[in-house]
Amino acid sequence: MGAVFAADIPYWGQSLLRALGGAVAVLLPAGTIVYVFLFKLMSFMQSRLGPMEAGPYGSMQLFAEVGKWLQKEDLYPDRADRFLFKSAPLVVLLSTFMLVVAVPFGPDAIFTNFDNGVLYVLAVSSISVLGILMAGWASANKYSLLGGLRAAGQLIAYELPMVLAVVGVVIQAETMNMQTIVVKQNAGSIFGWDGIGNPYILTQFVGFLVFMIAVQAELTQAPFDMPIAESELVAGYMTEYSGFRFLIFFIAEFATAGVFSLLASTMFLGGWGLPWSWFNWSSLDEVHNVMNVVGPLIMVTKMMLVAFIIMWARFSYPRLREDQLQKFAWKFLIPVALGNIAVTSILKVAF
Amino acid sequence: MSRLSSTGDTPTAELASDHLRKALIDRLRSAIGDALVDSYLVAGVDVWVRVRADAWRQAGLALRDQLGMDYFCYLSAIDWMPSPFGRSEDDPTAEVTERDDTIRQGYAGGETRFQMLARVVSSSTHVGINIKADVSENDLTVESWIPVYTGANWHERETWEMFGINFAGHPDLRHMYLPTEFEGFPLRKDFPLLARLVKPWPGIADVEPMPGVSGDDEGGE
Amino acid sequence: MTMIDERRQLSYIAAQAADARVNVELETEGMTLNIGPQHPATHGTLRIIARLDGEQVVWAEPSAGYMHRGYEKLTEVRTFPQITALVNRIDWLGSFANEVPFILAAEQLMGIEAPPRAQHIRTILFELSRIANVSLFLGDLGVQLGAITPVFMAFRDREYVLNLIEAATGGRFHPNFDRIGGLKDDLPKGWLEDTKASMHKLRTFCGEIEDLLFGNEIFQARTRGVGIIPKEVALQYGLSGANLRASGVDWDLRRDQSLPMAWDKVDWKVWTHPDGDCFARCWIRLQEVREATKIVDQLCDTVPSGPIMAKVPRIIKVPEGEAWVSTENPLGEMGYYVVSKGDTGPFRVKIRSASFNNISITPWLLKGVLVPDIITILASLYFILGDIDR
Repeated sequence: MGAVFAADIPYWGQSLLRALGGAVAVLLPAGTIVYVFLFKLMSFMQSRLGPMEAGPYGSMQLFAEVGKWLQKEDLYPDRADRFLFKSAPLVVLLSTFMLVVAVPFGPDAIFTNFDNGVLYVLAVSSISVLGILMAGWASANKYSLLGGLRAAGQLIAYELPMVLAVVGVVIQAETMNMQTIVVKQNAGSIFGWDGIGNPYILTQFVGFLVFMIAVQAELTQAPFDMPIAESELVAGYMTEYSGFRFLIFFIAEFATAGVFSLLASTMFLGGWGLPWSWFNWSSLDEVHNVMNVVGPLIMVTKMMLVAFIIMWARFSYPRLREDQLQKFAWKFLIPVALGNIAVTSILKVAF
Repeated sequence: MSRLSSTGDTPTAELASDHLRKALIDRLRSAIGDALVDSYLVAGVDVWVRVRADAWRQAGLALRDQLGMDYFCYLSAIDWMPSPFGRSEDDPTAEVTERDDTIRQGYAGGETRFQMLARVVSSSTHVGINIKADVSENDLTVESWIPVYTGANWHERETWEMFGINFAGHPDLRHMYLPTEFEGFPLRKDFPLLARLVKPWPGIADVEPMPGVSGDDEGGE
Repeated sequence: MTMIDERRQLSYIAAQAADARVNVELETEGMTLNIGPQHPATHGTLRIIARLDGEQVVWAEPSAGYMHRGYEKLTEVRTFPQITALVNRIDWLGSFANEVPFILAAEQLMGIEAPPRAQHIRTILFELSRIANVSLFLGDLGVQLGAITPVFMAFRDREYVLNLIEAATGGRFHPNFDRIGGLKDDLPKGWLEDTKASMHKLRTFCGEIEDLLFGNEIFQARTRGVGIIPKEVALQYGLSGANLRASGVDWDLRRDQSLPMAWDKVDWKVWTHPDGDCFARCWIRLQEVREATKIVDQLCDTVPSGPIMAKVPRIIKVPEGEAWVSTENPLGEMGYYVVSKGDTGPFRVKIRSASFNNISITPWLLKGVLVPDIITILASLYFILGDIDR
């Protein structure tokens, strides 16, 4: 087993593993979140059981849904701009794949080790805006257009709080390299006490809050789901999509939720590692190979925790109107995030 | 048996209301003079007045301004001609006996087949008044009540659509419920209820034998 | 109050500006958006044609009539008991409440009154239909605004009331239980105790909805100051029910007229609110559901014994005359103007339904609001299509 993860896998083997891992890293969170939270958690919160027929406790429901969506007719509106219409879902999914590339799952179980991982992540997350705009415009439908325009405004507005929230982490870690951020959190200590390492959520709790709110808005989840305001716009920019294309949007939505949760757990909760003090490690050399296997599991656990918070807020809150939403971003979140940066910088210099 | 409410008591004793109702008739008479043609009071229950058609809006304004009737309940019309199709409940195979087709109006009298009917209420005394007006068949027009109560807009559209009564001064008289191309005025009595023409009503005492019981002959009627 | 005045002024100015922009700038045409008739937000087939400038409404007009069934024409060929069955379907969520004013009008024409036990039980069923209707409104309010969870609680807790209505009358949605002179049947054994237990559960539900929805800051931000209807405008349009009381008019037809029903035999409160915005309307309905549960509790304790039906002939011919009776239905003021000529059925029935007047205010109200606010306003005005279209 250990030999498989030794460093002398041929390059094509590594690339294959990376491609496979990428697909798994995107689809597995999507599937798990959809089943556990969308089907079961939401149902229990609404005092009902959710899908119970397909498989034990409805666990095969997702496969049933995928099968159903796949066998639907490939429709598109007559006046839709064909190329844009067909490629919009792919653009949204593309941004998810590009995001997951920067997340480290273990000391070696990484797709690539960017030195500017954080910068890359923040930049790439805006590609989904393009996809949504394309979908809204190309659908030749007024509802979709309204949804697309709302989405564009909202997503661009909430990019800024996300960026600013993460800057605090970068200041504290003194690096933008995701792998280093993880190691620093697990190897670090808080004022000399290293009982739980130094997860940045403790010192950057304001940043974490702002980041979570911004993520909720980036995912167009309630309370920020104006673009898909179901009771007004039927389905917003996704109205005209059905069959496989809708499935891609659906997967992309939950996969992005999963990936953002992975990012949040990397930057705030300590990523794939556990605090070194628990095992008295001084470096990761002995446990490299083990951590390459255990690391992804730990990441999935932390991802589920963060996704739980996202989904919980989604099922509980009504939605904000878009002008209230914009006011909230520009007049509240950004000043708070800026304040967080200021305080972090001062404390970093002081201590 | 006390009643808790957010304001004080409102007088609900019947005598008090009748006193108010009589006062309404008197005040309306002093406001519009002989345009008030007739009135009818059912003690303890309600009050009806009938005005001339050309004083319809004037009466409305008087009701709103001088009688304090600020709440607009509804506006509609009544077609007093008995339906030439009967009540469609008789045995369709039997001979049609004579139908009484005299036009007999109701409370507060009337002289024409069509009558406007409206109701307004006072939000302070909670006493309402039903107001009618004869509309001549030669000239089925009354003035619009929109300057009196803005809410009359939709009611007048519906009344026009159902009875064919025109409202002079209505900015936008078009169909409320029916498709634009619909011909005819459904609530007029000479407009038949098509469902009953298509399939006649089998009879008022429609008794079928219970399943399993040997019936004498099929169908009671 | 200044916040609300300011909002009113701003929305008026915005409407004027939007109108000017649409008329003057030829490049940016206003977009005409068709909301409905099939749409998740409207309680049925209501169609709203809105001309938008961006996200702001320049002009909006509801187009009713997709569900027009011709009730007033149908009543001309039916007998009074048949019309009772028909009339259930006007406001189908609170069905029993539709029958009551019609039966009372017929009884007024006949000059009879139902025996006290029947009056009492009629009032209980009336208030139960109010609870069934308005608790669905509370759940639906959440869905319109984006909170998808309260509606399930509303449906779950409404089942208690529907089960009670079914136990007493045989029909969950369309009881068809009222008869001229009384009720069709007496109550089943144990019904009063079951009702009191269910009322307790519904009060819990009201508390849950208050915490989950009304206390939520986002809900308040979406509904406060939106869709303000001043008192004079409300009276001019004939708004009724919670819509009128939310604009500060203290008027409840249960208290302010004497009908042969049992409301004057119990302690209860009429709720008003000075603001006249969406929040006020929603809040008042919540309080009214609570109040209705208290009314039902008190009524269940004091049901008089006696016959359930007055002595009336088997085939009833109502004497000649005209009668108007209106009651405080869950949606507002519902009234029937019954013209009788001495037959087994009426000569003309004018059905005054609450939602018709309530929705007639939307062209005035929707000028200058944003698209999401259209939904909020419609949700707070609360209409049932069967009530608008008859």
